[in-house]
Amino acid sequence: MATENNISISQTFLAGIWKENPVFALLLGMCPTLAVTTSVEAALTMGVSVIFVLICSNIVISLMRHQLKPHVRILMFTLTISTFVTIVDLMLKAFRPDMSTKLGPYIPLIIVNCLIICRAEACASKRGVFISIVDAVGMGLGFTMTLSILASIREVLATGQILGKDVLVSVENGGWYTPWAGMAMPVGAFVTLGLLLGVVNLINRKAKS
Amino acid sequence: MDTVQAMILGFISVVIVNNLVFTKFLGICPYLGVSGRIDMAFGMGCAVTFVITLSGVLTWMIDNWILMPVGLEVLRLVCYILVIAGAVQLVEMYLRKFFPTLYESFGIFLPLITTNCAIMGLCLFLNLWGIDNLLEATVLSFGAGIGFTMAICIMAGIRENLNLADVPECLKGAPITLITAGILTMAFMGFAGMIR
Repeated sequence: MATENNISISQTFLAGIWKENPVFALLLGMCPTLAVTTSVEAALTMGVSVIFVLICSNIVISLMRHQLKPHVRILMFTLTISTFVTIVDLMLKAFRPDMSTKLGPYIPLIIVNCLIICRAEACASKRGVFISIVDAVGMGLGFTMTLSILASIREVLATGQILGKDVLVSVENGGWYTPWAGMAMPVGAFVTLGLLLGVVNLINRKAKS
Repeated sequence: MDTVQAMILGFISVVIVNNLVFTKFLGICPYLGVSGRIDMAFGMGCAVTFVITLSGVLTWMIDNWILMPVGLEVLRLVCYILVIAGAVQLVEMYLRKFFPTLYESFGIFLPLITTNCAIMGLCLFLNLWGIDNLLEATVLSFGAGIGFTMAICIMAGIRENLNLADVPECLKGAPITLITAGILTMAFMGFAGMIR
């Protein structure tokens, strides 16, 4: 029994990172994925906020899963989530005011991030507290990872820098790289994510055959 | 006369120049999920327009007339989501009674309007832009709904034709939709800087 549990725990954890990766496989939480990935720092802040909200809301929902009535279920989920998002929002305003202004409405928008509601519905409202936490951490890490990958591609191509360090030396600093302004705009977000999804599909097909 | 002009400019700005889908990435999920057929996309757009106008106005009123005077801005997010969920419930009940076929064809997507980021996003933007009168808030909310409907209908039209196109195997489905959306965004960038 114990080994069986271990297997399902590690499977739950790993599912979030690759097989059921929220962005690549489930296509959840697309808005922040596209909007905050202009810089790696913003993407990481977003990722950490999502992990925090996801873990807390999964714990609370998992604890009250026996009391939930079907028709007020979604309402209870969103109320729980919005409480924790308010906490994150105020924390960021207090400790990272610059990040808070940069991310703007996208932090409050975590409330309507389909990823968190989906996890509450699919996992936390059916299973125990511990497995819900594992699921939240896995999904959150998968989400953060995807965001960081997308953000690093976009930041490098748009500015030649990553987290303030030069990777491709731009023309202004005497190098050769002409910054690709389109990458910082909505176009860059859509096209990069589209191509990344294509690459993931390709890898999955190769792995299958 | 000035206010009328400001209203019209604001409306055009939020429909075309600051379109929520193309420039703010809001409402991407239904944009990718529902926009397979034009008639469904249009129905979805209408439902969203109604909910967004209703909740935009209601949240503006709650925010400015109740929360701010009392100093309870902390509760803003919780109030917003409650108002939106209520408005969606209203639309759902109305559709089920009067347009059962449309209701059937929406299926799961109707309750999902609650989690449509466009609606929550607009309520937050109304607050962020510092809109200070009810009329302007109404016009902007309605405009945002129209903008969303337009975006989702254009996308549905393209995707209907995309079905016939020869797309590389690994790009089929979501990837090609995202790339199409990217090109569409580029087209809409032509309007940027026109107003405000």
